[in-house]
Amino acid sequence: MEAAAEPGNLAGVQHIILVLSGKGGVGKSTISTQLALALRHAGKKVGILDVDLCGPSIPRMLQSQGRAVHQCDSGWVPVFVDQEQSVSLMSVGFLLEKPDEAVVWRGPKKNALIKQFVSDVAWGELDYLVVDTPPGTSDEHMATVEALRPYRPLGALVVTTPQAVSVGDVRRELTFCRKTGLRVMGVVENMSGFTCPHCMECTSIFSSGGGEELARHAGVPFLGSVPLDPELTRSLEEGRDFIQEFPKSPAFPALTSIAQKILDATPACLS
Amino acid sequence: MEEVPHDCPGADSAQAGRGASCQGCPNQRLCASGAGAAPDPAIEEIKEKMKTVKHKILVLSGKGGVGKSTFSAHLAHGLAEDENTQIALLDIDICGPSIPKIMGLEGEQYVEDNLGVMSVGFLLSSPDDAVIWRGPKKNGMIKQFLRDVDWGEVDYLIVDTPPGTSDEHLSVVQYLATAHIDGAVIITTPQEVSLQDVRKEINFCHKVKLPIIGVVENMSGFICPKCKKESQIFPPTTGGAEVMCQDLKVPLLGKVPLDPRIGKSCDKGQSFLVDAPDSPATSAYRSIIQRIQEFCNLHPSKAEQLISS
Repeated sequence: MEAAAEPGNLAGVQHIILVLSGKGGVGKSTISTQLALALRHAGKKVGILDVDLCGPSIPRMLQSQGRAVHQCDSGWVPVFVDQEQSVSLMSVGFLLEKPDEAVVWRGPKKNALIKQFVSDVAWGELDYLVVDTPPGTSDEHMATVEALRPYRPLGALVVTTPQAVSVGDVRRELTFCRKTGLRVMGVVENMSGFTCPHCMECTSIFSSGGGEELARHAGVPFLGSVPLDPELTRSLEEGRDFIQEFPKSPAFPALTSIAQKILDATPACLS
Repeated sequence: MEEVPHDCPGADSAQAGRGASCQGCPNQRLCASGAGAAPDPAIEEIKEKMKTVKHKILVLSGKGGVGKSTFSAHLAHGLAEDENTQIALLDIDICGPSIPKIMGLEGEQYVEDNLGVMSVGFLLSSPDDAVIWRGPKKNGMIKQFLRDVDWGEVDYLIVDTPPGTSDEHLSVVQYLATAHIDGAVIITTPQEVSLQDVRKEINFCHKVKLPIIGVVENMSGFICPKCKKESQIFPPTTGGAEVMCQDLKVPLLGKVPLDPRIGKSCDKGQSFLVDAPDSPATSAYRSIIQRIQEFCNLHPSKAEQLISS
C-alpha cells in the first residue's frame, strides 16, 4: 500500500492527465494545448506541465515564449497564459537564457529537473493538470510517472498518427503504461487526413486506420481522429486560441469531442 | 530551493563535481569521485572497428516526427542503388526503432547484398515490447552496436537517431569522436515549432564540434493529387528552413514535398524512390543525396587522406 504523499504543491490539483506517445511529432504538445484550451472553455482551471526538456514546444503554442518565471515561498510560480489566469504553464523553455540554447543533459540531470517540476511548482487550485511529455519510454517518462504516482493520475492520453510506423512505436508506449500501472484513458489519432482547401478532396497523407486498430488491439478506448488542419497548425505557430477562434475548422469537432470524453471520464469530486 | 546547474561542467571534465555550479546537483558526489573522468576503452576499440568504414553520417533533428528515419532509410536506399557501394544503416533510436519497419525487415539484416541494417528493433521479440531503459543502459547498447557489430568494408554508415539532444546523441558523438564523423544531416519541417528545436540541434552540433553537412526541409508543401494545387499544411510562418539556414549560415540541402505515397511505402517497407520514381519528392531526395555524396567526397576521412598521400 503506497504511503500517502505529502500533498505540497499538488494538493490543490484535482486531476492529472499525462499525454504520451512512443513516437515523435504526432502532436502530443498540440493535443495537450488544445485539450487544456477546451477544458478552459468548459469552465475549468487548467495547468500544463511541459516535461519535454530537449524540445519544449508549449510556450510558443500559447504565445508565452520568453516569459519570466518568478519564485514564491512554495517554489516556482507557473506562468499564466491568459488574463483570467485560468491556464497556467511550466516548461523548461522558461528557464533557458537563450531560446536556441540546447539542453544537452543526460538522464540523471533530466530526472532531477522533472522531480523539481513536479514538486516545486506552486500550481494552486486546478481542476486539471495536463502533463506533456517528449517521445519515448525513457528517463523523462519514468521520472514523471514515479514523481506523479503518489498523486494518482487520472490516466494517460496516448497520441498516434495513422501510419504503421507510428503505431509500431505507440504499441510500445501502451506496454510502458501497463508496466508502470498507468491507466490509459484512450488513444487519439492525429493527422487523420487532409481536406484540400481548393477542391475539398480528402487525402490520407499519413495512411489511415492505424489509431482505431491500435486501440482495439490494446483494448483501450478510441477517443477520436483529428484531421490535419492548417488553421490549427497556424494557431499553434502564432500562439492563438484555436478553440475560441476557429469553431468552424475541421479539427474543432474532434478536439472538443475528445475534451468532452475526458470530462465525462473524470470522476465527480465530492465538494 | 535546489537549483539544477545550468553550467554543468560535464561528468567527464576535470571540474566534475568540483565546480561552483555543481553545488546542490544530485550527481555531485558521483562526479567528484572521478567515476566519469577515465576515458572509456571502448572508444579506441570503436576507432579500430571503424577503420573499414569510409564515411559516417548522422541524421539528426531536435524535433520528433520530421522524417529522420524516413530520410535515413531513403538515403540508404539511394546510395545502395550503386551495387558497388556498401551501405550500413544503424538505428540508435532505442525507444522507438522505426528502421526495421521502414526497411521491410523482420529480423534479417540485409535488405540487399550491399545494404545492411542494425537496430534494437531486431532484438525485441514482440512488436509490443517496450524498451524502458534509462540513459546509461541506452548508452551501453549504442556502444555495443558500434563496437561489437562486424561492419566489414563499408562505404557509408548512416546513423539514424531519436529526436532530442540527450544520451543517445552525446554517446554516439563521443564513441565516434576519434573515428571521424563526416557530418550531420539535420531534418526539419517548415514550421517554427520544428525550427525552434532544430536551432538547438544545430547549436548542439557546434558544441560537440560535429560538422553540419546541411539541413533538409521535409513536408515542404502538399500537392493535392486531385486538383494539383499546393497547400502549406505546416506553414513556414517564420520563413521555414531557408531563413533559418541563412541566419545560422548552414547549407540548405533541399526541400522535400509531402507525398502520401511516402507514408505508404514506409508502411510496406519499400523504397519510395522505386515505388514513385516520378514524384517530385523522389527528385528532391535524389538531389539531396547527391549533395551529401559530394560533401563526403570533398571532405575525405583522415584514413583516406593518409592512404592517398
